[in-house]
Amino acid sequence: MNIHEYQAKELLKRHGVGVPPGEVTDSAEGARKLAEGLFAKGAGLAVVKSQIHAGGRGKGTFKSGFQGGVKLCKTADDVYEKAKAMLGNVLVTKQTGPEGRLVSKLLIAAAPDIKKELYLAVLLDRNNGRPLIMASTEGGVDIEEVAAHTPEKIVKEHVDPAVGIMPYQARKVAAALGLKGDAFSSGVKLIIAVYETWWKSDAAMVEINPLCIITGPDGKDLVVAVDAKISLDDNALYRHPDLQAMRDLAEESPLEIEASRFSLNYIKLDGSIACLVNGAGLAMATMDIIQHYGGEPANFLDVGGGASKDQVSAAFKIILSDPNVKAIFVNIFGGIMDCNVIATGIVEAVKETGLKLPLIVRLEGNNVLAGKATLQNSGLTIISGDTMSDAAKKVVKSVVG
Amino acid sequence: MAILVTPQTKILVQGITGSFGARHTQLSLSYGSQVVAGVTPGKGGQFFEGKVPIFDTVAEAVKVTGATASAIFVPPPFAADAILEAVDADLDLAVCITEGIPVIDMVRVKRAMEGKRTRLIGPNCPGIVTPGEGKDSHGGCRIGIAPGYIHKRGNIGVVSRSGTLTYEAVFQLTSRGVGQSTCVGIGGDPVNGTSHLDVIKLFMSDPDTHGIIMIGEIGGSAEEEAAEWIRVNGTKPVAGFIAGATAPPGRRMGHAGAIVSGGKGTAAAKIEAFHAAGIGVATTPSEMADTLLKLMR
Repeated sequence: MNIHEYQAKELLKRHGVGVPPGEVTDSAEGARKLAEGLFAKGAGLAVVKSQIHAGGRGKGTFKSGFQGGVKLCKTADDVYEKAKAMLGNVLVTKQTGPEGRLVSKLLIAAAPDIKKELYLAVLLDRNNGRPLIMASTEGGVDIEEVAAHTPEKIVKEHVDPAVGIMPYQARKVAAALGLKGDAFSSGVKLIIAVYETWWKSDAAMVEINPLCIITGPDGKDLVVAVDAKISLDDNALYRHPDLQAMRDLAEESPLEIEASRFSLNYIKLDGSIACLVNGAGLAMATMDIIQHYGGEPANFLDVGGGASKDQVSAAFKIILSDPNVKAIFVNIFGGIMDCNVIATGIVEAVKETGLKLPLIVRLEGNNVLAGKATLQNSGLTIISGDTMSDAAKKVVKSVVG
Repeated sequence: MAILVTPQTKILVQGITGSFGARHTQLSLSYGSQVVAGVTPGKGGQFFEGKVPIFDTVAEAVKVTGATASAIFVPPPFAADAILEAVDADLDLAVCITEGIPVIDMVRVKRAMEGKRTRLIGPNCPGIVTPGEGKDSHGGCRIGIAPGYIHKRGNIGVVSRSGTLTYEAVFQLTSRGVGQSTCVGIGGDPVNGTSHLDVIKLFMSDPDTHGIIMIGEIGGSAEEEAAEWIRVNGTKPVAGFIAGATAPPGRRMGHAGAIVSGGKGTAAAKIEAFHAAGIGVATTPSEMADTLLKLMR
């Protein structure tokens, strides 16, 4: 699960990470008030930041034509104007796709003078199953570019999960980032706090880009998180009700939300051939085989190992709510699951939804003959595929011709 | 003679009284597998189906029955504890079927297992099958949730991150009259106990395994690692398939570990590694068995 920047900063702050003062609002009037407060406390500049679950906001464009989802402002009036231009409008960035995301919340924060931009992240290293701290002197830019072109500028420090982060590890990272004096001490504390945020929140990734050296109120150098991105491990949300409450349904596809209500794993894609499959691996492979024969998959859909009649019916309704869908490919390998139960579910779902689109079914496994008979005797036009390849060819033909 | 388990392996089931564990224990028993004990804390002294004794702890179950392998069906919040209990009891093998274990729990489990003799398969996996000699491979060792009847005793090893794709490969082999030595589902999570490479090494040194099907998917680099080892050390024909070529980057495709992030873990990179290692690449999941059989002719 992803959370917004303002939520990520709240979480980081809770664990002792320094962030520039700021608050979230959903109105231009509110933005003005927050900015007035920041300026009264001595902020030289305020920044208005669109809160959406996608990167590239600064360089994004609103569908209204307004340029930039992140704006620096010198006055509260300016903050008000910028907030008005952003709120209720759709922001398109390189990560949102052409449909963009509706901006309904803004983070209004102090924009400190930045002496240097750095990069810091904590994530899982899948190669050894250990937490990894990744840092770079190249902050404020795309870290994938840094990794591709100047990998020597990325430092990595693994943490032993049995011991937890030790201060010397944070000192190593701080030194590698070139931090000195007050910035060094401040940076060491921050690195430990960012790691603790990752561990204690069951995060998948905490990314701070940029991490900035600024001058603190007492004139000393300070290291703070000027931007922050956190994604959480879905499997661990059950033990973090406070983090669960940060879920923003407006950022998720309505069809995907509907699917999750029926414990179906559905991801919408852009193609025209819908698929309904049991098992995640087979579901991916089904998308692949559709493309292999010249079609485009409309979705990923895993109905799970023990799909019920209700789930099959819900799955059909979700698939059919996608207007791009021109044909349906059901690919079931019933290992333990009874193919006839699935076949009965399909027949009922087709009758219930009054399906008019071509339906191609490939059934294999337990009680397959009874399943195939149920489909044949249903009086419905269901095209049967003998093998996965055969069925994939038929479904692509039904769309492409 | 197969890898990891044989038809004689004595199995205990952790979480035997839960609905999922109970159902699959029944299926394993009717497949002819040696399920000798169950463990459900608080239900010690009872019997599963009137015949399999239930114990409160794994240690007790091992002491009384001599079980050497465990099938773990406990719910996600308790799974890490269950795995480490199996490790503490010094079992040869712990097979964790549970899906949805928090990643940090597995990070701690993996660390705690360092230097221990127990091998963990999974989590979030279909388990392991060494087919038997009987009708529909009856009498084999089935630990987990795979359909036993689709197997056939023989000489092909199958290793996969995905359950249903394993069944596809096995079904394709059996339909062509070709049997399997052992089939191992290593699971779809980002942190697991046994990797593709671990299983590949076991198959390469098993005299009864003559060819291997390795099924991977997007995310991580375990397939590349295995391919590189095969390139240098491989002695048997290997065919492979990688699922997820059409998956959009940044999205988890059902399995927690199936995600392309930061340009890493793509199907294209894995397929390239397979080609470089001389692994026969099935262009569609329909051709997994045929690709291997062509290499073996």
